Order: sequence, then C-alpha cells, then structure tokens
Amino acid sequence: MQKFLFELNRDRALQARYDEDRAAVLAPYDLTTEETRALVEPDIGLLFHLGVNGQILMHFAALHQIEWQDYLARMRDGIEKYGPVREGVYAVTGYEGVGADSQIPPAKADNQ
Amino acid sequence: MTLVYAGVCSHAPGITGRAEQADPMVRDGFYDAYDQMRKDIVASGAEAIIVIAAEHFANFFMNNMPSFAIGMADFYDGPIEDPAWLGIEKFRAPGDKDLSKRLITEVMETVDVSYAEEWKFDHGIAVPLHFLTPNFDVPIIPVNINCQGPPLTPLHRAWAFGEALGRASQAVDENIAIIGTGGISHWPATPDSGKINEAWDRSFLDQWCRNDKDALLDYTNEQVYADAGQGGFEIRTFISVAAAADGAQGTVHFCEPIPIFAVSCTIASYELASVER
Ligand SMILES: [Fe+2]
Repeated sequence: MQKFLFELNRDRALQARYDEDRAAVLAPYDLTTEETRALVEPDIGLLFHLGVNGQILMHFAALHQIEWQDYLARMRDGIEKYGPVREGVYAVTGYEGVGADSQIPPAKADNQ
Repeated sequence: MTLVYAGVCSHAPGITGRAEQADPMVRDGFYDAYDQMRKDIVASGAEAIIVIAAEHFANFFMNNMPSFAIGMADFYDGPIEDPAWLGIEKFRAPGDKDLSKRLITEVMETVDVSYAEEWKFDHGIAVPLHFLTPNFDVPIIPVNINCQGPPLTPLHRAWAFGEALGRASQAVDENIAIIGTGGISHWPATPDSGKINEAWDRSFLDQWCRNDKDALLDYTNEQVYADAGQGGFEIRTFISVAAAADGAQGTVHFCEPIPIFAVSCTIASYELASVER
C-alpha cells in the first residue's frame, strides 16, 4: 500500500488517472478490502493507524486538499477509533515536553 | 576549488505552506535570516550549492533505499507536493551533471554512495531553495541521507560522508556551498506536529557550532526518538555539514520555535578557514 502511495505522490500522470478511476488504478496492487476502502475514501485516520509512513500520508492528504488542522484531527480520530499505530516510526511517541507546543491553541478548536 | 560556504537551515513544509498562520513577528525574523543566508551564499562566490536533505519518499523507497545518494542530472523538477499545499509553484532547478559526476567520483573513494540521474525535489529541498535561490540561477547538487526508513544511516557514517563531501568540494574547480537541511526536534506528520523540544535543539546547535564531533556522534536513535521525535533523525544532515566544515566554528543566526511550522526554525553557518575574510 505504501508503495502505491509513494508512486502516486510523485507521479502527476498517475494522479490524473487516479482522479478519474481510483478502483482501476488500485487493481494491480495486492490490497485488502480494508486497505482499498481506506485509500479510496480516503480514511486518513485508518491509513495512519495501519502504519502508512507519516510523510507519505502527509503528501497523500495534501493531494486531497485536506486542510492542515483537519488532517491532524483525522489522524487523532483514527487513533481513537482504530487504536495505536500498528508499525513504523511515525507513531505517537507520547512526548509530553513543554515548550513551543504550549503556545498553540487546541487543534480542533482552530479548525476553520 | 574550495568550500566557500557551509550552513544549515530548516525545511519544514509549513514554512511556505502555512506562512499566514504563523506569528508574523517571529516568521518575518526567520524569513529575514533566510534572506541573509542567501546573500551570504552569493557573497561567498559559490558556483554550485550542494543541498544535503533528508527526503521524504520523493525518490527513494524501501524497495531500494540508499544510505547516501547524490543527484547527477542537469535539471531537477519539484516540488512533488501539491503546489497550493506547499506554497511553492512547480519549478525546474538547474543541476550540473558533470560537476555531480566529479564530486561523486571523489566521494566514492571513501564512502559508497548511490547516484541518481533522475531526482524530484520534495519540500526538503524545495523550501530552502524557495528562499536561497528564488530565481533558480545556481546549479544544485541534491544529496540525500536516509533519515526515514530504518535501519537509518549511522551518525558516524553521516560524519564520514560529510568529510568526503568536503574533500570532494576542495577537489573540483568550482566554488562550492554546502547546506544541510532538516530537523531539528519535531514530530512531523503525526498528531503531535507542533511539539518542539527547544532545549534539546539549542543544546544540539551548541554542539554543532563548536563542531564537537564526539558530542554530535554520541546520540542514539532511541534517545533522539524519545527527545526529538521522528524528525530528529534528520540531524544526520547537520552532522555531515559539520564534518565537511573541517573543524570550523559556527554561529546560530536564527533559532526560534514556530509551532505551526512544526520546528525550531533555524539558520546557522560555519566560519570556514578556507575563506578569506
Ligand atoms: Fe524533513
């Protein structure tokens, strides 16, 4: 699945074909029903939970014009709904350090 | 001919993509520091810029992941990201295939490096270039260190790679600027994006400025992951620049956390012994 996203993210021609017919473009890839659904919708929270690398997922979300705070909220919702990230380093590390993050308003309240 | 400039800067996509959401006072100070870096590079007489980035799956994937790669093409297209999202229009940046080839040949004497005749830029290079060569009038030599897909490039190898790049820069006829981009602490592309460990950043930069090899190579991946997040793995690019600068001492020109940009926005450079002042 990540291989598909990697290719999609960097290839404008593939993006155009995907835009026209998502199912057809996904057909050659070895994907479960759940994975296909997550991609086609797209269910950003499920993709994050499944362990899609954060950078790959971020570019995929950008492709779908998902606004930044909405994108962060969808990842949070995914973790709440499906559970922690299954694998990979782009998990929520539980870092609680103080610092700049104390200056930002709660992300959801800020979601216009 | 010689290495005429060595520095580091941030490359987070929010820097251009979410500019209007940042505190204008801090943001504009950061942009000014970027512009000063641009002027310093111009003043250095650099004829090409080596940009060491930690790319984010624009070119390399887990099916074939090099520890080190250098671009070898006459031009590079970017950004791969949605232009509206990144705040940077599609562009074509000049490269220099022949110069790349000479640099790569020299680097290979001590470090096994992959080369790539095709290379697309993501925000890791596109964001710095947006500020540093807005007219795309200087050839870029893109360089990547694997900071994304574990097992990651060991820090001491990033150091050896930086030494090789420094040596290669002395070996070619052109004046070379070298820039590392990335980090420092951040939790990019996760719900924790916006968290910043400023104290950790300042401590790392202090070591970087003193060019303290032992301290810079003393970090473990586990420590970095816990204290500086996934994004902290990008310290490899800073470490390579430190090695390339061959013991030079550095100065931090700007370092302020900007949460909506997800990092301590940083501009720093070395005072190179090879450059007359
Ligand atoms: Fe990065």
